[in-house]
Amino acid sequence: MRSALRRALSGLRWYVRELTDESAYDRYVAHVRRDHPQADVPTRREFERMRTDRQEADPRQGLRCC
Amino acid sequence: MRTANVRTTVIWTLVGLVGATGWAVLALARGEDVSAAWMVAAALGSYAIAYRFYAKFIAHKVLKVDRTRATPAERLDNGIDFHPTDRRVLLGHHFAAIAGAGPLVGPVLAAQMGYLPGTIWIIAGVVFAGAVQDMVVLFFSTRRDGRSLGQMAREEIGPFGGAAALIAAFAIMIILLGVLALVIVNALAQSPWGTFSIAMTIPIALLMGFYLRVLRPGRVSEVSLIGVALLLLALVAGRWVAESSWADTFTLAPSTLVVWLVAYGFIASILPVWMLLAPRDYLSTFMKIGTILLLALGVVIALPTLRMDAVTDFASRGNGPVFAGSLFPFVFITIACGALSGFHSLISSGTTPKMIQKETQVRMIGYGSMLMESSVAVMALIAASIIDPGLYFAMNAPSGAIGTTVQEASRVVTGWGYSISPDDLARAAERVEESSLLSRTGGAPTLAIGVSEIFSKVTGGSLRAFWYHFAIMFEALFILTALDAGTRVGRFMLQDMLGNVIKPFKNVSWRPGLVITSALVCGLWGYFLWVGVHEPLGGINQLFPVFGISNQLLAAVALAVCTTLLVKSGRLKWAWITGIPLVWDATVTLTASWQKVFSDDPKVGFFEQRSVFQDAIDRGEVLPPAKTMDDMHTVVTNSTVDGVLTAVLALLIVVVIADALRVCVRHVRRPALSTLSEAPYVESRLVAPDGLFPTQDEKEEARRAVGTAAGP
Repeated sequence: MRSALRRALSGLRWYVRELTDESAYDRYVAHVRRDHPQADVPTRREFERMRTDRQEADPRQGLRCC
Repeated sequence: MRTANVRTTVIWTLVGLVGATGWAVLALARGEDVSAAWMVAAALGSYAIAYRFYAKFIAHKVLKVDRTRATPAERLDNGIDFHPTDRRVLLGHHFAAIAGAGPLVGPVLAAQMGYLPGTIWIIAGVVFAGAVQDMVVLFFSTRRDGRSLGQMAREEIGPFGGAAALIAAFAIMIILLGVLALVIVNALAQSPWGTFSIAMTIPIALLMGFYLRVLRPGRVSEVSLIGVALLLLALVAGRWVAESSWADTFTLAPSTLVVWLVAYGFIASILPVWMLLAPRDYLSTFMKIGTILLLALGVVIALPTLRMDAVTDFASRGNGPVFAGSLFPFVFITIACGALSGFHSLISSGTTPKMIQKETQVRMIGYGSMLMESSVAVMALIAASIIDPGLYFAMNAPSGAIGTTVQEASRVVTGWGYSISPDDLARAAERVEESSLLSRTGGAPTLAIGVSEIFSKVTGGSLRAFWYHFAIMFEALFILTALDAGTRVGRFMLQDMLGNVIKPFKNVSWRPGLVITSALVCGLWGYFLWVGVHEPLGGINQLFPVFGISNQLLAAVALAVCTTLLVKSGRLKWAWITGIPLVWDATVTLTASWQKVFSDDPKVGFFEQRSVFQDAIDRGEVLPPAKTMDDMHTVVTNSTVDGVLTAVLALLIVVVIADALRVCVRHVRRPALSTLSEAPYVESRLVAPDGLFPTQDEKEEARRAVGTAAGP
């Protein structure tokens, strides 16, 4: 019972983090470590800045519909 | 291949029966109370059948989605925009991106023809056209590394068709922004409560942006929770402000709001993304998903009774006060989002294809999300149909038609056959703490009344005013985000176009170019907003059809690209899958454009309207609803602009369709001449289920392949 509740909560947390892209940094770090082991891993601050800068450069990325 | 077992057959027969019963009751009930439950049953039953059978057929027989073929997300994974995303997460992303104000506004306006035509079009339209378009565009863009619709048009049809599609997309963007802004102005004018709470979203977003940039980068969930809490506080505080001495400061006339909105759009679009746009987007996404869930829950719990007629007389007479024109073609352009929306093709090509794990998932993401959006449109139609029809028409008719006092409005609306007393009109406004609800055109306030009606059935009437403003805030929030994001996209297109002539514009971060193009874009949509607010004939009445036509024309471009691709990729025998929706959409939309340009009914045809008013000016007469000679000149200018615009848009689209047809015919005759720019086949090594729920086989496959990136 308790473990089912815990699983549901952690599932919810996972979903919210994925949906809001809060997990983007963790995903990127994993990607760099796996595919480019020589490259430096940016700090979270640097990474989030890079992400908004990319959106700045091409606004079609975050386009919402009517 | 699985053979159908008895259980599956029984279940799908039952689903079919539920849907059929819903349709039967909606279609046959006349002059009696019909519960909204039947509309829900008809919709959900039809969606389920369509998803299970038609979408599956298209995915496997027509598109031949290939589970073993790696998607761009897998091949080009860069950990940022290209990355394989869990299908359930991507469904949420894609849905949040396609669902906006559109499916909420269109159905409300279309309710003037009764609830039945709207329901039929929303459901049939999504099943056969809208969801098909979204899925097929998503599929082809996935096969092309996430190319945008414009790029696909250029590569697959040719530079001429491609350029026409680009210009059309830009024009459509401008009209969309103008009309959405108009919806907001009509909802916030003379409403201190609404204006205050919306104004507060700016400091809240700035605070959130600062938090994410400086204090705790990337902690989106916690900052969104703080933001939503502050937003609700702003909503409650709106009432205090409206009752305090500050009320006058926030009671703004429509023309003042226009200036504020254009200034906001301009400043927001030149500020860095992290300051306003990104945090606003988090807020509006949270509010959007939350409110839609609440609304679905409310409709199912309250199961209100539909009070609007199934089909009103305006459907055949074509003289409705909300928008002019008869059922065909105007219902089909008024309801765009929710049935068939061209804008979705911009989302289905671009962001989503770069994140999809498996080609097989286009059914769930493309078709499934669109069914979800369609259900939002059905809820909006329900919300508009459960309120007193008299109130509905008093809220949605322009003041030129019903006057500015409750006595006058009551007299006129009762004359149309929907009796409502002046007292009832005054009380309806009082109950939501607004000074007046007359001529609150644009759909948002009507939807808010419907939502407050449904929610207060669940929570009790004392919260009615709160729910009304909650709904207004919910719509205004994402329309404001759209103004900012849309201005940026429009600017991007303009920079690209100008860059071909004046080199420095090509560099999108060149400051002067950025400011100039932002100002141009805001100026353009600001013009339509200004015109809409000062239009003696009613801004929504005049401009919404132009918006609907432009959105449906973009859908025609998308469907033309899809059909061309089906033909060129050797699927000629299945070209009707998008070909029939294309023919239907082109017929409806070009008929509507034709009528808006050439009709000799001055209520419908822009140029006839122009000449009627111009003749009156020459005679020195003032025709109602214009009150002064200035109004008369305004009408003449506006109908000229609207008429020319409609004609130009229609021509552009005819060019695109003709060019697409040329390419198709050429391919059929001499296939060797066509090139197909598809990314080459690479074998996929990812393991992921096709649908929402993994099948037994898929679970086993996942167990065998340990260590792949997937959710818990």
